[in-house]
Amino acid sequence: MNTEHVKVIRKRHGLIGVDFNELWRYRELFWFLALRDILVRYKQTVIGIAWSILQPLFTMVVFSVIFGNLGKFPSDGVPYPILTFAALLPWQFFAHSMSASSQSIVGSASIISKVYFPRLIIPTSAVISGTIDFCISFVILIGMMVWYKIVPTANIVYLPLFVLLTFTAALAVGLWLSALNAEFRDVFYVVPFLVQAGQYISPVAYSSSIIPEKWKLLYSLNPMAGVIDGFRWCILGTATPNWTGIIISAVSVLVIFIGGLLYFRKMERTFADVI
Amino acid sequence: MEKPIISVKNLGKRYLLGMGGGERYRALRDVMANTVKNLFKRDIKNENPREIWALKDVTFDIWAGEKVGIIGRNGAGKSTLLKILSEITEPTEGEAYIHGRVASLLEVGTGFHPELTGKENIFMNGAILGMRRAEIKKKFDEIVAFAEIERFLDTPVKRYSSGMYVRLAFSVAAHLEPEILMVDEVLAVGDIAFQKKCLGKMSEVAKGGRTVIFVSHNMGAIRSLCQTAIRLDKGQITQKGTADEVVRNYEGQQVRILDESSYIIERSPDEVKGKSFYVNRVEMLNEKGEHAMAFRYNDKMTLIVDLAGEPGGYFFPEFHIYNELGQFVACGTAGPYHGKYFSSKVRKVRIEIGPLTITSGQYIILLSLVTRSDRTDTWENAAVFTIVECQPFATTWDIPTFREGVCVLQQSFSEVE
Repeated sequence: MNTEHVKVIRKRHGLIGVDFNELWRYRELFWFLALRDILVRYKQTVIGIAWSILQPLFTMVVFSVIFGNLGKFPSDGVPYPILTFAALLPWQFFAHSMSASSQSIVGSASIISKVYFPRLIIPTSAVISGTIDFCISFVILIGMMVWYKIVPTANIVYLPLFVLLTFTAALAVGLWLSALNAEFRDVFYVVPFLVQAGQYISPVAYSSSIIPEKWKLLYSLNPMAGVIDGFRWCILGTATPNWTGIIISAVSVLVIFIGGLLYFRKMERTFADVI
Repeated sequence: MEKPIISVKNLGKRYLLGMGGGERYRALRDVMANTVKNLFKRDIKNENPREIWALKDVTFDIWAGEKVGIIGRNGAGKSTLLKILSEITEPTEGEAYIHGRVASLLEVGTGFHPELTGKENIFMNGAILGMRRAEIKKKFDEIVAFAEIERFLDTPVKRYSSGMYVRLAFSVAAHLEPEILMVDEVLAVGDIAFQKKCLGKMSEVAKGGRTVIFVSHNMGAIRSLCQTAIRLDKGQITQKGTADEVVRNYEGQQVRILDESSYIIERSPDEVKGKSFYVNRVEMLNEKGEHAMAFRYNDKMTLIVDLAGEPGGYFFPEFHIYNELGQFVACGTAGPYHGKYFSSKVRKVRIEIGPLTITSGQYIILLSLVTRSDRTDTWENAAVFTIVECQPFATTWDIPTFREGVCVLQQSFSEVE
């Protein structure tokens, strides 16, 4: 009998911290669940892996024609397709991961009501599988840069930082929405709206240089604004990003993330009863 | 002295049935609308949502190496107890102390995905059940051999027969090596040969000195696998003791309930206290319109159900039939099945059931009423009837429930030339 390991089961009250030991014991499950997502997606769709490539590619063409050619938006000295693609990568990474993560708890109802494992793994692996998609579409960007003969600047070493920030932002929002969605099923309808509105208030189709100076600070409260500027700076060497803005973005992500963790931990106690 | 491996103290679990009753999910927009409404309401009526204690004051100890059977009728709280002990849901009160690694098997094949291959699903399912990758790798061959699916490892499980699916699922679970194993009725699946194999594996696990908690309706399995048993009734422990003793008592009591029955059953005022709309009385009739409690295989039965109270709109009745072991046999519901809704003025409903193609034994009828907003009444043990004779085929061989299954299917045997 393993006496040092005593588990106490009782109703928990108030705020509950994150049990990192337990998460570490279940570390393999993060990867397994993400892998399952990817495998299933690529087995089900006929065009399979091409899906994560076609989507941003097609959107890029639309944006370049509408905003670049017809709207004559400034392109900060790089070809418009590259300008939007460098922004679409983190944006779609964020949007897809966040949506998948929001649906993840309700989508795993049958597992949640039958077996125990740390519930945090579920929304997190949804974001991990989004990361894998991101890596695939990143290959396209490399291809495009070769085509347009753009050499990345030394700034590229900062890229992982911005990837991490996007990951955290997607997970932060995903934690909130997945827990809310378990309790209130109509949250489901809010997510597509959030994604759509988010795309317009983030510099995806345009460069953030068109935002008037006096609105810049307010604008950077949107976490993805800073991330996208950062991406363009790392990859294309466009104007140095507004570091104050990025720090504000990062802090707001962190606040949402910690709040999300606590809210999720509080709500997960009743997941099995409500879904 | 050694401490018990599982110690449960005053465990209780309360479920709130939403005020709407009928609606399953809460919607954010309703919550917001209600909050606004309440702001303008002077006297906030505290509409107490109905609560149900699925488990109440449950206390017991289990010692290392003990095999414990948990029995009771449907809804007695058996599954809730396992869900709490395996941390799937939280208790409302009380606590449990567990010393050791728990694996719970509430279902076989949790997390299986039809698009993934057998091999992929073994790793997936193993990981969900708490196995390490290295551990699964070590046992991989054993799992595959036990499930007898060597040739189909790289086939998506959606192409598996249901038998193969269940074999694979059970096999993964059977190779977990926890100190405490909790199993809920998973043996009720698969063909007989495989069920035997599973029972064999279970007793092997049990003999290996592990602690096992086993929930089942199969009294034979409880008797042969467990030394002790706990009986739950309406969320409370009504008996603890040796498996033999508890099972015998349980079976005896099932028969006693049946003896007290008759063909017109009136409900006591106590039972319907506080209900807005309920079943008051039920009569059982045979095909000729005579009162009856005993039927033969293939007979038809009529229930005349008297209602009282106010449904506040249309409503429909439902029946459930359980057999003497508490297994859910069949169900009927006017609304969902037949699109038949009754107007609020209706006070007597006729339910015709049959032909009763079920085996000989005793059956219990549950009646329930559903109105537009709520399930206002559930009457367990409303009526009891007996199938006294089940000889559907050429001989006079009688087919009993306890030995030969619940229903009879059309069948024929012939030689192939």
